[in-house]
Amino acid sequence: MPEAGNPTDKATQTAYEKLAARHRPTAPAWGNLWRAFVIGGLICTAGQAVISFFEAHGYTPTTAAPPTVVVMIGLGSLFTGMGWYDALVTWGGMGGSLPITGFANSIVAPAMEYKREGPVMGVGAKMFTVAGPVIAYGLAAAFVVGAVRWFLGLAA
Amino acid sequence: MSRGVTRLDRGVYALAGVTVAGAAAVGGAKEGAGPLGPRFDLTIEDDLHGTTSFEAAEASLALQAVDQSLKKSGLARDAVDAVLGGDLLNQLYSTNFSARQHQIPLYGLFSACATFTEAVGLGAMLVAAGGVERALAMAASHHMAAERQFRYPIELGYQRALTASWTATAAGAVMLRPEMGEQASDNLGADRAVEGGVRVTAVTTGRVIDFGGHDPMDMGTAMAPAAADTLERHRSATGREWGDYDQILTGDLGVVGSRILVDLVRDGDRFRDRHEDCGRMLYSPDQDVHNGGSGAGCAAAVFAVWAYPRIQSGELRRVLMVATGALFSPTSYQQGESIPAIAHAVEFECIGRGA
Repeated sequence: MPEAGNPTDKATQTAYEKLAARHRPTAPAWGNLWRAFVIGGLICTAGQAVISFFEAHGYTPTTAAPPTVVVMIGLGSLFTGMGWYDALVTWGGMGGSLPITGFANSIVAPAMEYKREGPVMGVGAKMFTVAGPVIAYGLAAAFVVGAVRWFLGLAA
Repeated sequence: MSRGVTRLDRGVYALAGVTVAGAAAVGGAKEGAGPLGPRFDLTIEDDLHGTTSFEAAEASLALQAVDQSLKKSGLARDAVDAVLGGDLLNQLYSTNFSARQHQIPLYGLFSACATFTEAVGLGAMLVAAGGVERALAMAASHHMAAERQFRYPIELGYQRALTASWTATAAGAVMLRPEMGEQASDNLGADRAVEGGVRVTAVTTGRVIDFGGHDPMDMGTAMAPAAADTLERHRSATGREWGDYDQILTGDLGVVGSRILVDLVRDGDRFRDRHEDCGRMLYSPDQDVHNGGSGAGCAAAVFAVWAYPRIQSGELRRVLMVATGALFSPTSYQQGESIPAIAHAVEFECIGRGA
């Protein structure tokens, strides 16, 4: 009688995994890479166009970054709201997920989804179910990197 | 024919005197566009189905499946002794909320995507044992409602794994009642003659089997051993071989799980000739569902629109249906548990047509 949590013995599991693995299709890696390159490239080109627009209107490369981020997040949110962004990622994979527009998608999608559970326990509580870990560990990583920089005396 | 239940082995029972009086299924737009689409009793175009949430839409689908099967069996709601059924949502949302409408005494069941055969098997045993005259077995699922409970928000972009199944928006219901010749004791409703009817002849209750599959995006791998276990127990207790069945229909193993299952069962080559899988039948390959359909409503709908009419017409004389369910939850998955699975079997036969 196997214990709870230990369903079948390790040897059976390993043998079964080997059998099952033979029948699984493998992801088309080269096709996925190419499509991620196309979608990611298009989004980055759009981002560059926005930066160039701001630079043409009196911003420096440094000061153009914040308004560009705002515009790209706005566009990502708009595409999510229109129901287009998930289709874009289904096709382009990481090319759509990784840019900041994908980050916007990961916040707007749950916000739309949990609207039905109300503004507090729905949207408010669940808006960051997907992006939450990214924000939490992003802040933690920023703290570590910032600390290292400070100790090395590189901080301005 | 007199009714009765005979124990063949632990969890395996031979049944006498129980028939399926009618079966109905409703589906969503994607299911309606699939190969079985034209056979659905109703298809809905709008995922919300006139309600304000996907969960309420699933309950409304469940209610429609119940009502359609009543209509096809020529019975009113108050002529049915019990509904046995379930779905995938927390606390059986759609089963319970549809029962709030139909007011038929309810047994809520959960075996994930194996709920349909659990409900039919249990309902058939209740009818065979006597007392319950008409039992309705149902199961329902909704793609969007399952996505938001088990996976991600609808509009979140992500790539589905090639081994991932697509939870079907579908509900199916079948009416179980005693075979003609033995009138219902209370004579409620109009019992129809069952010329070319479908008899439930044997039931095997599944055990929970876990071979260590961890990936909710690959439920075929997790569920195939459970199907193999139930098939072998059913086969040995009833003394049949794969060739004795015109069709062996598994539920929701999909492309990957079906291939694994052939490797797991005894006499795999002969098994393959008789085997088909509900998950592979509900959608066509160009519908981008990867491994195939799943969800409690998938097996229920495929039985109602595909298998039942074929058994009724005598095209299939004996069918063994084994629906499989992955018994994980987001909690068990996040806590690192592997995926336990279950499979329940029900055997159907055509009653005396062209024998």
